[in-house]
Amino acid sequence: MTDLRSQNGLSRRGLLKGATALGAAGLILSASVRRAMAEPKRGGILRVAFASGNTTDSLDPATWDSQFVQCFNVARNATLTEIASDGSLVGEIAESWEASADAATWTLKIRSGVTFHSGKTLTADDVVASLNYHRGEESKSAAKPLVDPITDIKAEGDTVVVTLSGGNADFPFIVADYHLVILPSSEGKIDPMTTDGCGAYVLDSFEPGVSVKMSRNPNYWKTDRGWFDGIEALAIVDSAARQNALITGEVDVIDSVDLNTVTLLQRAPGLVILPVAGNQHYVFVMDTRATPFSDNNVRQALKYGIDRQELVDKILQGYGSIGNDIPMGAQQPYYNTELEQKTYDPDKAKFYLKEAGMDSLSVQLSVADSAFAGAVDAGVLYSERAAAAGINIEVVREPSDGYWDNVWMKKPFCASYWGGRPTPDLMFSTAYSGGAPWNESFWDNARFNELLIAARSELDDDKRRAMYWEMQDLLANQGGTVIPMFASYVMAHTDKVGVPEVVGANQGMDGLRAFERWWFV
Amino acid sequence: MSVIWTMIAKRLGLGVLTLFVISVIIFGATELLPGDLAQNILGQSATPETVAAFRKELGLDLPAYTRYFNWLFGALQGDFGTSLANKRPIADLIATRLGNTLFLALYAAAISVPLSLLLGILAALYRNSIFDRTVNAMALSSISFPEFFVAYILIFVLAQSGLFPSMSRMDATVGFGEALYRTFLPALTLTLVVTAHMMRMTRAAIINLLASPYIEMARLKGMKPMRVILKHALPNALAPIITVVALNLAYLVTGVVVVEVVFVYPGLGQLMVDSVSKRDFPVVQAVALIFAAAYVLLNLTADVLSTLSNPRLIHRK
Repeated sequence: MTDLRSQNGLSRRGLLKGATALGAAGLILSASVRRAMAEPKRGGILRVAFASGNTTDSLDPATWDSQFVQCFNVARNATLTEIASDGSLVGEIAESWEASADAATWTLKIRSGVTFHSGKTLTADDVVASLNYHRGEESKSAAKPLVDPITDIKAEGDTVVVTLSGGNADFPFIVADYHLVILPSSEGKIDPMTTDGCGAYVLDSFEPGVSVKMSRNPNYWKTDRGWFDGIEALAIVDSAARQNALITGEVDVIDSVDLNTVTLLQRAPGLVILPVAGNQHYVFVMDTRATPFSDNNVRQALKYGIDRQELVDKILQGYGSIGNDIPMGAQQPYYNTELEQKTYDPDKAKFYLKEAGMDSLSVQLSVADSAFAGAVDAGVLYSERAAAAGINIEVVREPSDGYWDNVWMKKPFCASYWGGRPTPDLMFSTAYSGGAPWNESFWDNARFNELLIAARSELDDDKRRAMYWEMQDLLANQGGTVIPMFASYVMAHTDKVGVPEVVGANQGMDGLRAFERWWFV
Repeated sequence: MSVIWTMIAKRLGLGVLTLFVISVIIFGATELLPGDLAQNILGQSATPETVAAFRKELGLDLPAYTRYFNWLFGALQGDFGTSLANKRPIADLIATRLGNTLFLALYAAAISVPLSLLLGILAALYRNSIFDRTVNAMALSSISFPEFFVAYILIFVLAQSGLFPSMSRMDATVGFGEALYRTFLPALTLTLVVTAHMMRMTRAAIINLLASPYIEMARLKGMKPMRVILKHALPNALAPIITVVALNLAYLVTGVVVVEVVFVYPGLGQLMVDSVSKRDFPVVQAVALIFAAAYVLLNLTADVLSTLSNPRLIHRK
């Protein structure tokens, strides 16, 4: 069991080892040593190239759909709470918070002395208006399902009181979501298109799909953040162009490295590859209502028919770790460490097929690279390995354009991905609880749903852990989602950029906060 | 000359009609694409309620013909509306990008048109020589490689050595000289891509004429080969050359999205591709009409010039 654990619990350290095997030991190790010694200091204009960024990008927080917009808007704004680099929760606009005994009413104390770039002082009313923008009938926000459990929210002096429809011990984590930034309000409404904000950087110019320029907010309240004098973020969608820009010194950081050419990039002098193991995972999801996937034996057979390690080696080039059909990174607090790691086992897959009364199985797997980079290749590898177990997977290549409308949650077996969530409750209630809008496998397990609600308001940590462990067992052995791999966020920067010892793993670019956390050495 | 003016008037009228038909086709085509802006922006995060609310805000819940006529009436009054995705006026979105696209197209044309005419004439003059074969082989190879490949080779050779920037970023502060320097690689890529077509046409059109009796006559009079070609063959070969040049110029305006992406150049192509993928139809319409207008106007110019170059067409009996 222990060796399985260490295999699965591939951490940052493990990744560094993996990278050593790839032949980049000197590069990465010396960088991490240097990082430990460097002290942050003020100055310089950071130029970052993003793999995303579209001419249709907007300032409206309801629509932030790519890392480019998310990153610069998080730098311009602030949320009530912040997920720290180590995954714990710290206050940002909310100085402190406390829950009622049933965890259904939350009182958040708003930090005093925070001002917007326009000079307006941030008040509890701004917080109420900002959260309300994502709620209600009229809301078009991608974050609406997150704030739906809020039944009432009101300002009381310098506190905000939030009432939820049921107890939720993780509520403070929800308001760390990047959509839920605090914007200035007037008469109870925010202007979603405002360029104002209360973050470390002031927006100077924004040209959608091209670039963003920002300069340091001189009145920023955090003294240990926001080291750069300015930020210039560029959208460079073409991966070769992006890597060229880094190699030729036209940018200092790129947010995403093309894994197919990462070994070439490692050879370039003065560059540091920065892999961060997080919660991002790539999945193959079955519609558990549709035959043959409604039979759990078929689902188990498909889970044993995939060679997880091969996918990590070939699709992620080693920049990731194998998954155990649980949508949580191994570093997360409630991760079930005693669950047996599923491995490629054609005999077991055959056994489960026989249990389902089948000798062989033919299914179609719909994939497109918009599900995740390398999804088509991953599907083909899956198909090759599963054949040994008598499972015939026909890989159907779908158009990337419109994939999330026409294929995802429409075709019975398809590829998908998740960025992961900071807590098991958020992840489970988003994608695995019965009837949830993004429950892509349409899995509806009575015991799981019951435990989810019980654990949500359980404040006793041991009891809560026991519940989450049982839920992970249910998911891994009965759920409709094959989670073969966790993909690290792989960034690269020049050796002039200072990066903290611990880099946020909840999202790419240091939890979207690289602009305020990083510095020039 | 009145022949010319009537032709221009007639063709402009037809051009406007063409643009109208194109706007209908583009609108229909965007409607046929699966999904709409609300679904595409929300992507994996979409829920039925949020998509419905988003559609209502944008007016996407209205019937297709209502949206088309709303757009058309706005466009007829010179108001192309705002982008559905980010609420910016389309005129603002397009203005700088159109400028960039035209700048790059003119830059590439300024290199490639004289170059291909010169090479074409020389190739015709020294046809079947080593020079002719080399020029042909080079031009055909460069047109045979995909644009992005040519672009990467140029970046590898000229940008990684530090001679030219690999990114052609433009903003208001960039001066003319600096702009020429920054966009040299994309302009060179486009030149390599379009030169072959124009060069081959020049060569073929001239060689075609060299078999004519009147050229034979000129030669028999003892005229120098260069003079025969420039003075006697070229004027009669102009019409097909002009047509090919116009086609390639239109391509330089409308078809350079790959080059824009590789060199991170903010032109119209990228705007068009992004807007189609997000189904931002007012932007798609506006850009498509600009592209169509480029074709209409360049073809018209080509026809006018061809007519002017041919006395038989001006002085019709």
